[in-house]
Amino acid sequence: MSEPLVALSKVSLRFGDVSVLKEIDLTLHSRRITTLIGPNGAGKTSLAKVVLGLHKPSSGTLNRRAGLKVGYMPQRLRIDDSLPLTVDRFLWLAEPAHKDERRAALARVGVAALQHQPVQQLSGGEWQRVLLARALLRKADLLVLDEPAQGVDVIGQNALYGLLADVRDEFGCGILLISHDLHLVMAATDDVICLQHHVCCSGTPEAVSRDPAFHDLFAGTQLTTPNMALYTHDHDHAHDLHGNVNGDAEGDRANSVAKHDDHDHSQCDHSHGTHHD
Amino acid sequence: MIELLLPPLLAGLAVAIVAGPMGAFVVWRRMAFFGDTLAHGALLGAAFALAAEVSLYPAVVLVCLLLALLLVALQQQRKLASDTLLGIVSHTTLALGIIAISLQPDVRIDLFAFLFGDLLSVSMQDVLWLWLGAAGILALMVWGWRSLLSITVDEDLAQVEGIPLVATRTLLMLLLAVLIAGAIRTVGVLLITSLLVMPAASARRLSKTPESMAILASLFGVVAVLGGLTLSWYADTPVGPSVVVVAALLFVASFPMSAQQARRS
Repeated sequence: MSEPLVALSKVSLRFGDVSVLKEIDLTLHSRRITTLIGPNGAGKTSLAKVVLGLHKPSSGTLNRRAGLKVGYMPQRLRIDDSLPLTVDRFLWLAEPAHKDERRAALARVGVAALQHQPVQQLSGGEWQRVLLARALLRKADLLVLDEPAQGVDVIGQNALYGLLADVRDEFGCGILLISHDLHLVMAATDDVICLQHHVCCSGTPEAVSRDPAFHDLFAGTQLTTPNMALYTHDHDHAHDLHGNVNGDAEGDRANSVAKHDDHDHSQCDHSHGTHHD
Repeated sequence: MIELLLPPLLAGLAVAIVAGPMGAFVVWRRMAFFGDTLAHGALLGAAFALAAEVSLYPAVVLVCLLLALLLVALQQQRKLASDTLLGIVSHTTLALGIIAISLQPDVRIDLFAFLFGDLLSVSMQDVLWLWLGAAGILALMVWGWRSLLSITVDEDLAQVEGIPLVATRTLLMLLLAVLIAGAIRTVGVLLITSLLVMPAASARRLSKTPESMAILASLFGVVAVLGGLTLSWYADTPVGPSVVVVAALLFVASFPMSAQQARRS
């Protein structure tokens, strides 16, 4: 495989006494969608910010390919009402390209009609697309998206993930996706990294979904084969994640050891209950 | 009459033109309290200048610049909320400034002139310096416009896209410091924030782009200075407060103006 876009080796991050990330190894490649999943407070956004260069690792090494251009897509931007800013002007800030180029980028992600709208009027889904257009305009090599599905309905989520896959194929960029939404993301990703301050398990969606560590982390969440789950997903899991992770972890593990598979979950041979006090 | 009014007019216009775009950033980034703090620093600088018997403007500019750097540095820490910190720095500086002035009984200083401005006493030399300063600030703002605007839209996004956040923030604070130091003679320490905030707020409802808001804010500032001077000339009111009152009237008038604009479009 070609030189990775970003490579993290044994990266740890502490805020004061609080350890947020422990010894993370992560490699992001062109033309691959990598998804970070994990419960609320697992350090997903912190890890993304390390990749983005917004947080400096407390220890470990972070290598970025020279000249790497990153497109960042936070959930949505809160832009003060006092700032009169149209979508077109917002894109101009990133890349003072010709107006037609900006229109083309917006058209590519399906929101050409928004070009002259004030940014304050954009919905969550529209923001995602405008930010994607901005990344395309800048010819970003790596896109980082934080919880792109939040506040977007299921149809919209599917369309967005489909668009991301298209963008990956067409522009050859790498994509890092953060989510606590299991099922939808599993269907649209190349690699999954399961995070709970450290990397619990990683691999292809199929491999991870069979990993006992993954089941421990999301115990209580109804799991089906990832590709089948697209339309049956219900939105109550956020609470389950918090409430039930501690649940029957031991029992689950005992049950699922039999299903143990061919991928790496070596870092997960300790109790996950300790993270949830 | 024209010889009498020309220096204050030119001085007021220089400040108003720069206060337009600068005030827009103050409004967008919610920096009004920063403006107040820097203005109080200007008073402290004036007190130092009197004590050390050096010329006024360089001392005021110097103290404001140092204070701006201190504020940028304090902004980097996250232990204390920004407005708490500003409240402490701002009023400490104001108190120190007033004490420093009162400790100099020999010096006949009109505190009122510093607090509320004394536009009518500016000399042609002051005017020259003000216009040089104004030109410098505007040039730097045009040069750094895209960076300044980017960190205003979203600091994380700007940083990811390679814009140096701390350097850009520092640039903005230093420019604001120079403007406030220069403006101390026109509207005074206590009223300068209003000359920053009011024209920009009036321009908001009539603008569709950041640039048009900045330019329109300058125009409103110019009108406020012209109106304030006229009011002061005919009604014998203090100039600084008169300028502020006209700016406030313009803000009120911007409501029906924007409604009319909305109807037309």
